[in-house]
Amino acid sequence: MTWHLSIRNLAAAALLAALALIPVYCHLTGNFFLLSLFTRIVILAMAAVSLNLIMGFGGMVSFGHAAYIGIGGYAVGILAHEGVTSGLVQWPLALAVSALFALVIGALSLRTRGVYFIMITLAFAQMIYYVGVGLSRYGGDDGLTIYRRSQFGGLVNLSNKTVFYYLCLGLLLATVYGIWRLVNSRFGMVIRGARSNERRMRAIGFPTFRYRLACFVISGTICGLAGVLLANHTDFVSPAMMHWTRSGDLIVMAVLGGMGSVLGPLFGAIAFLVFEEVLPILITLVGRPFLGRAAAHAGEYWQIVLGPMLLLVVLFARGGIDGMLASLRRA
Amino acid sequence: MLLLLEQCLNGLQLGLLLFLLAAGLTLVFGIMDLVNLAHGSLYMVGAYFAATFTALTGSFMAGAVLALAATLLVGMAVEVIAMRRLYGRDHLDHVLGTFGLILFFNELVRLVWGPAGLTVPLPAWLNTAVPILPGIYYPAYRIAIIAVALSVALFLYLVVMRTRVGMLIRAGASNREMVGALGINIQLLYTLVFGIGAALAGLAGLMQAPILTVSIGMGENILILAFVVIIIGGIGSIRGAFIASVFVGLVDTVGRAFLPELFKLVMSPAAASAAAPAVSSMLIYLLMAIVLVLRPEGLFPAPGR
Repeated sequence: MTWHLSIRNLAAAALLAALALIPVYCHLTGNFFLLSLFTRIVILAMAAVSLNLIMGFGGMVSFGHAAYIGIGGYAVGILAHEGVTSGLVQWPLALAVSALFALVIGALSLRTRGVYFIMITLAFAQMIYYVGVGLSRYGGDDGLTIYRRSQFGGLVNLSNKTVFYYLCLGLLLATVYGIWRLVNSRFGMVIRGARSNERRMRAIGFPTFRYRLACFVISGTICGLAGVLLANHTDFVSPAMMHWTRSGDLIVMAVLGGMGSVLGPLFGAIAFLVFEEVLPILITLVGRPFLGRAAAHAGEYWQIVLGPMLLLVVLFARGGIDGMLASLRRA
Repeated sequence: MLLLLEQCLNGLQLGLLLFLLAAGLTLVFGIMDLVNLAHGSLYMVGAYFAATFTALTGSFMAGAVLALAATLLVGMAVEVIAMRRLYGRDHLDHVLGTFGLILFFNELVRLVWGPAGLTVPLPAWLNTAVPILPGIYYPAYRIAIIAVALSVALFLYLVVMRTRVGMLIRAGASNREMVGALGINIQLLYTLVFGIGAALAGLAGLMQAPILTVSIGMGENILILAFVVIIIGGIGSIRGAFIASVFVGLVDTVGRAFLPELFKLVMSPAAASAAAPAVSSMLIYLLMAIVLVLRPEGLFPAPGR
């Protein structure tokens, strides 16, 4: 794959530059809410990118991907609660636990196909959700506050918002690059081949189950990393972070951005989460001439607009944002 | 022993309610090949309609009938406006599009009925306990639910297996192009099937309304249960849905009732009361995972799929 100048690549480059400059802007204007929002966006984008590895390239629609966010987050939260605050212990352990869960869930789920796969991944995520609810020692339903972020000696200070943002962004870019290399490697070709025609891939001698399982585990582990970051970002973990609607949100991000490319879900995550913030304001502004004072309340009902919009994206913008950018080049 | 009988009846009642939801889901999936996450929203809408119409007419029965009709209309409207455009697309599109519909319906209900939950009062003649065995009383309304759901199940069976419409439904499930080619108005059939599914979901919702508080998001938890049911039963099979829903209802209810006691036998009371609710919530998902691992197509896969 060679890099060439197109609207799609320009948009991607502009986006990455903008992401890199966010903290500068925040420091200049003192608007630190934006920094917090974009830290969240970057973290959830990582989860969406990881989901897209199995969904867009492998054709495995996991409706339970938020579970790995929860597993990664709870690994950090529980260790911190028990007094282990070193990131050098927390992070590898969290990733290992995520990988282990993905291995077990993947090995069982990949026996099924299609809707059954969607539903069995949902079922496993629900089980993990209820485990979280049942962890009464660690807050149960109410969640668990993390009093100290992961410590890395004097190496990096995660409590510094700017440092933390750049760490998340760096990890996201590393993830995107890694997945881009992966899907264009021999391994990635097998995964994509298995999506198109699994029987043929098996006939020419690839043990597709093992390839798909490996892909599933990689995806789950990256999503676990997103969970580790999210726990450090919010200083809090709760079962709500692995609620099934969270998994739905991740699917929305990936599809909204476009599943055909590695960067697509990044576009989708930004669009979705920025939209979530902007839509209520927008409704209030647009509604003011018609509704008067009631417009302020109308903003609360932003999901009534979001829902049909999702439907419209599904119906008319199949390739998502990335697909639209790609088609601009041809026009 | 008494408790076990009572819990079994509760489980049966939950199972039959699940069947009402699952039957619609599995029909829609079997015939239109559509994964409808918004099915739970229709259940919720049915319950809200029941609350409103009961308050308006002052009679639960009249409210229920009106709510049923209203949900049928809402279902058919949803089919004509949105679902029709999703047929023949990828399942992922269905998941996403209907996920959008859930958001829409939740907010719409919040807009129309407000964020607070509603309660539906039972008429006095249903709000009593009747003896089911000498000296053992059970709420009349729960028995009524069981009776209604069982008769609906029987009716559904007769319609699908013994009538011309049912024949078309079965034919549509096995080869829709052929049915269309034979001059059947397949679009009308689809709208009808979707409407019936919606009405069944609405029926489940309105019957549940006097027992639970009618609230936003009430459809989502039970929707996931209904999906578990149709996955265990085998997608597209009404018989499978029936058996699986009763099974799931029993396992869930009886598990919740007896796991705490069971756990106390092997661990400390404190640990047991902490672990039991979580494990009993997981039980049916565990059941589904086991079924899928052993039989990836469910217990009773519909023939020809």
